[in-house]
Amino acid sequence: MSIICDHLNYIYSKGTSDEIHALRDVSFKIDDGEFVGLIGHTGSGKSTLVQHLNGLLRATSGHIYYNGEDIYDRDYDMRSLRGKVGLVFQYPEHQLFEETVFKDVCFGPKNLGLSQRDAELRSFAALKSVKLPDEYFDVSPFDLSGGQKRRAAIAGVLAMKPEVLVLDEPTAGLDPEGRDDILGLLRDLHEKENITIILVSHSMEDIADYAKRLIVMEKGSIFMDGRPKDIFMNIPELESIGLAAPQVTYIMRELEKRGFGVDVTATTIDEAADSIVRAVMRNSII
Amino acid sequence: MMRDITLGQYYQTDSVLHRLDPRVKIVGTLVYIVSLFAAKNVTSYLVATTFLAIMIIISRVPFSFIVRGMKTIVFILLITVLFNLLLTPGIPAYTIWKITISYEGIRSAAYTAVRLTFLILGSSLMTLTTTPNNLTDGLESLMKPLKVFRVPVHEIAMMMSIALRFIPILMEETDKIMKAQLSRGADFESGGLIKRARNLIPLLVPLFVSAFRRANDLAMAMEARCYHGGEGRTKMKPLIYKSRDIAAYILIVIYFLLLLTAQKYGFKLIRS
Amino acid sequence: MGIIEADNIAYEYLRRDEEGNVEAIVRAIDGVCLNIRKGEFVAILGGNGSGKSTLAKQINAILYPCEGTVTVDGKDTADEDKLWEIRQCAGMVFQNPDNQIIGSVVEEDVGFGPENMGIPTKEIRERVDEALKILGMYEYRKHSPMRLSGGQKQRVAIAGVVAMHPKCIIMDEPTAMLDPSGRKEVIRAARALNDVEKITIILITHYMEETIYADRIVVMDKGHVSMTGTPKEIFSRIDELKAIRLDVPQSTYLAYELRKRGLHLPDGILSDKELVTELCRSYATI
Repeated sequence: MSIICDHLNYIYSKGTSDEIHALRDVSFKIDDGEFVGLIGHTGSGKSTLVQHLNGLLRATSGHIYYNGEDIYDRDYDMRSLRGKVGLVFQYPEHQLFEETVFKDVCFGPKNLGLSQRDAELRSFAALKSVKLPDEYFDVSPFDLSGGQKRRAAIAGVLAMKPEVLVLDEPTAGLDPEGRDDILGLLRDLHEKENITIILVSHSMEDIADYAKRLIVMEKGSIFMDGRPKDIFMNIPELESIGLAAPQVTYIMRELEKRGFGVDVTATTIDEAADSIVRAVMRNSII
Repeated sequence: MMRDITLGQYYQTDSVLHRLDPRVKIVGTLVYIVSLFAAKNVTSYLVATTFLAIMIIISRVPFSFIVRGMKTIVFILLITVLFNLLLTPGIPAYTIWKITISYEGIRSAAYTAVRLTFLILGSSLMTLTTTPNNLTDGLESLMKPLKVFRVPVHEIAMMMSIALRFIPILMEETDKIMKAQLSRGADFESGGLIKRARNLIPLLVPLFVSAFRRANDLAMAMEARCYHGGEGRTKMKPLIYKSRDIAAYILIVIYFLLLLTAQKYGFKLIRS
Repeated sequence: MGIIEADNIAYEYLRRDEEGNVEAIVRAIDGVCLNIRKGEFVAILGGNGSGKSTLAKQINAILYPCEGTVTVDGKDTADEDKLWEIRQCAGMVFQNPDNQIIGSVVEEDVGFGPENMGIPTKEIRERVDEALKILGMYEYRKHSPMRLSGGQKQRVAIAGVVAMHPKCIIMDEPTAMLDPSGRKEVIRAARALNDVEKITIILITHYMEETIYADRIVVMDKGHVSMTGTPKEIFSRIDELKAIRLDVPQSTYLAYELRKRGLHLPDGILSDKELVTELCRSYATI
């Protein structure tokens, strides 16, 4: 599995006065099993980009290859693509509509043309993997709490058994507990079920902990693409586009400046704590 | 798709039309609509066209922006024109197979097309140059006499202004839910009428739920800001006629008289 | 005497099943006492379902306590004759900016509150201009709210409350739906209102970073007040916060991890600067 975007351009309301060039010459390749973070501030084109990945928006120019096949080929089956590249929108709980949670989750697999039995089996597995307790399966989705609703909605996409899961700010509006639950769920899906994850977010702290690769967008173009550690080294560039590195990175830089000899590439709390302790020990021995 | 609807939207710029009292614009639009139905010959339509053209020019709203609102009603327009064309009896002009098109049919189709187009252009010009709140203020003020008959004028006006404010938000929301369901393999395009209607359920249910949630939130926000109906309420922008509004009224009257004159003495396409 | 006093209040609501029969009685808040002094900046912290929003709605007399009393500026919220005075005195800003903006033009929305209060026309104009200037939104006064960013919309909503000349503003998760820059805008505005205009601010949130400037933090859990104190005091109690699944600011958390690894650092470090200074003081060799 791989997704290749080749010189994508997308222009909203082309030919009118409020024409917006939302994507400019975007090219990248995402391989099987990656966990990619996509960041950029509001209006940088990240939401527009992810809507291209499952064919909801069609690029004004450029190509997208999924598994080597051009998705803009006339005989390409767009519906099966939507089964393979699952897209979870912001506030996905706003799309729930069925009488029960279970029926709602079955909606996706049924649309793929699966039999009732297969759809139910997949839905059951999906609800299990988002860790929604069994007693909620037959409840109306509107009676769930905020975090549960979101997990049910994610299950609705998971039940389609996507190879790639794209999530647009899946933690927006959740409290720390709900946020950790969802991010933990994504890590599990990535590690245990080997699903490729593309996570759109504007929280650097979330991304630093989970993603192995970052794509930073600005004004519709790719601004940076690389490992989180490398990207967070460029604090001035990030700040110039209204983003920031995780707070830990700032602390490590400051300590390094004061001669502590710490690892400035640390991005998570654990890495940072270990590195500081090592530095302190080393210093005290001398 | 949803972005194309300009009907009922406000276009922000500064022009004489924007600054006019909303009551003048409402009355003006009504007079204009009446005049369109009064006009039955080429000269009177020329008068109506000139008037509309001048109004569009002084409104400073780009013509392309106004026309975009027409897209949504092209279909209705075509049907009306077709009905007029085919179903008006009279002197046959062309006969193709069993269908006869009469001169009267052509004439009435042409007039209907122009009339409807102007009607939409005229009324969208009013909404484009008047903020929804201003518009409802105007309506409220014009309808005030109805209070005597216990018509809840203020409440109606408030409801209208809130509806206008939330239409674009709900449009955006529809677009979003539609895309979310498409991502889950939903199909809004194929199948017969009944199947299509059923396929809309995954779109309509979330949309209603969201509309109710918004209504609930909004009611609470309004109460929190001391809203308790029209009683004891003051206005930040009370409607006061200025000299330009009086001038506008006079112009409207002149236009109407001009059109009636043209109607009486003007050139007719077909003598009837 | 405090501007807001809640004396041992409780609030219950009935949960009904599909037939409308009472299923359970939920005690959303239980035995809460709160005393907020004039000019204070108080943050109320808690996860979803902790009762923090229910508590906020009591202050603005949108909800009434089942037990106990709430007084706002000496007026009992249960007294219906005082309802409009209370709401004018304690204004409220809600979570979703789209659902609380009534006007289709920024200034018309800000004028909505004063219009309801029956303020003379000329004064409304003055109040609206003044409120928009305080919130830095004056240049957008003729804009449609649809075209503003989330942070700007929320500032318009706050201006709408400021124009009513309240003594106190309750902000119910005003940043939950915003991106990081929007969140900063709103918090900056809240702090300025408190510092410059001397308006009492009650900020309800689940983002820890937003509470570190507060005079006092009230932590809510399961309908009770579980902790109260200055940010320093609260964030020293990391284990308790973690037990109710709340976050702490990253620097506080890093300091905590370092202490666990045996370094000597004081409690209640809130910012990266503080942490760096403390580390240098105790461990720098140069």
